[in-house]
Amino acid sequence: MSPYALSPGEWQAFWLSLDVAARSVFFSLPVAILVAWVLARRRFLGRTFVDAFVHLPLVLPPVVVGYFLLLLFGTRGPIGGWLKSTFDLQLVFTTAGAALATAVMSFPLVVRAIRLSIENIDPGLEDVARTLGARAFDRFLSVTLPLMAPGILVGAVVAFSASLGEFGAVITFASNIPGETQTVPLALYTALQTPNGDVAAARLAVLSVVLGLAGLLTSEWIARVLRRRYGR
Amino acid sequence: MLEFQATVRRGTLDLGVEFSAPAPGVTALFGRSGAGKSTVVALLAGLLTPERGRIVIGDQTLFDSARGINMPTEERAIACVFQDARLFPHLDVRGNLRYGRQRVRDRPAPINEDEVIEMLGLARLLERRAHQLSGGEKQRVSLGRALLAQPRLLLLDEPLASLDAARREEVLPYLERLRDEIRIPIVYVSHAFDEVLRLAEHVVLLEHGGVLASGPVAQICLEPALHAIAGEGVMGSVLEGDVVGYEIDEGLATVKCGELMLRVAVPAAPRERLRIFVPAGDVVIALNEVKDVSTRNVLPVEIVHLEPLEGSVLLHLDVRGRALLARVTHSAVRELGLAEDVQCYALVKAVAAQGRRIERRTEPRPGLGQSAGAG
Repeated sequence: MSPYALSPGEWQAFWLSLDVAARSVFFSLPVAILVAWVLARRRFLGRTFVDAFVHLPLVLPPVVVGYFLLLLFGTRGPIGGWLKSTFDLQLVFTTAGAALATAVMSFPLVVRAIRLSIENIDPGLEDVARTLGARAFDRFLSVTLPLMAPGILVGAVVAFSASLGEFGAVITFASNIPGETQTVPLALYTALQTPNGDVAAARLAVLSVVLGLAGLLTSEWIARVLRRRYGR
Repeated sequence: MLEFQATVRRGTLDLGVEFSAPAPGVTALFGRSGAGKSTVVALLAGLLTPERGRIVIGDQTLFDSARGINMPTEERAIACVFQDARLFPHLDVRGNLRYGRQRVRDRPAPINEDEVIEMLGLARLLERRAHQLSGGEKQRVSLGRALLAQPRLLLLDEPLASLDAARREEVLPYLERLRDEIRIPIVYVSHAFDEVLRLAEHVVLLEHGGVLASGPVAQICLEPALHAIAGEGVMGSVLEGDVVGYEIDEGLATVKCGELMLRVAVPAAPRERLRIFVPAGDVVIALNEVKDVSTRNVLPVEIVHLEPLEGSVLLHLDVRGRALLARVTHSAVRELGLAEDVQCYALVKAVAAQGRRIERRTEPRPGLGQSAGAG
């Protein structure tokens, strides 16, 4: 077998990474839009604290985030226990759990991107929409959301790319189970621990670089297309 | 009829404004920047809530602090055109035009999309986006979008202020057309008095958050308060009358303003109604009737009042029951012995008078804005 070809196990890690990243973005995006909008447009007591809290995963060691997730979402944790008893849903050691860990880690990136795009929207446009008869939710859907779209798309792509590479929080919270939670970086880690695993490690490292580059280039391309469309 | 009365404190501005305006018709809110014009706009549109006050259009109360009424902006049906057009960048021109219309489906829609597109000359722009439009085109689209929301009041907040002179001249005829063809009351906010002279019938003079004067244009032009605010450029009198004769070869129109016949070098057609602005600096005063003179109008007048200005004197004259302003030097006043009740002659050059058609003699289009005018 060619040393450049991915083994079936590595392919599995690759597809699993995409799966985890996609789930993570899908579930974190609506929450991120809401949080970004609240932080950009609402003035309330404790806004600075909420802002800092959202950004915590950026500065905390990922293993700490994983630890807190274990405390909260573990089968005996307050949320994890409730999910288990009510929906028979277990997050620890599952793909869903890996997605949750990556979602929390990439959340600040998405919020940042979306928030920037909201702050770029002229509030005067929303006023005009009001004078033309649009109520709050209608205004959000017909004016704010379309104008946020560039930020949302860029945020989603950046979050997706970052999710592919998340390591510490995933291994802490969801462990390193092939086919279940072993994404590309975890597989790379395992290969490094294995005797004669350095060729596999190199393959997985190159794969990571390719995926990361693809993500960054895609987000740049989307941003450019949208800028041209809106003439900004 | 629009009745507006509101007090609000906003930053350093202590605003207490009260005025009423005829509807339909164009009412100008005129004042320097910082006078409180934008605040009145925000209060009218409902984007800002007065501490106390009452805002009524026709029989509809929009705000009444005493009765606890505060209709939200989105129900007021006051469509706005702002200085910066504020077109939606994610929609094309057609999408912008339809935005308001789509949200008032339950209201009668006397203003029809095709008519608005024709009236504002938008047919060739429909597929374009905001960033592909010139400043003047943006304002025309913004006007169309406001009209199609079927408003009970059109609020134009300095719509020409960010345009250069050429673009302004491009948009002004559309505004005049709007005024003549649409029966919706218009509130026109401006700090340029020449726009007010061209478009408005009624003027509310604002300064330091209060109303200095309010009334028909011709009357406001005589106000010392206006002269203090707007400067020498706009000192002059407004005479309105019907064209009774027009000599095409001469380019000279004869306009009948009550008892007064005025000859002006303005293109016009018989039976048209003209508003003539006579700059005070272009009126010459003579004690005797002069015959061999180039000015086409030699009018017997009586001095009603002398308004001293810096470096000159503004004479308020009565000419056959109409008011005329003449600006002369202090030395002229002294040497000619000009004083109240003195009879003299005012010489008005036909080419100095600026005339504008103010009303079409044809009936307004049947489709446009009838129900809104009744409201």
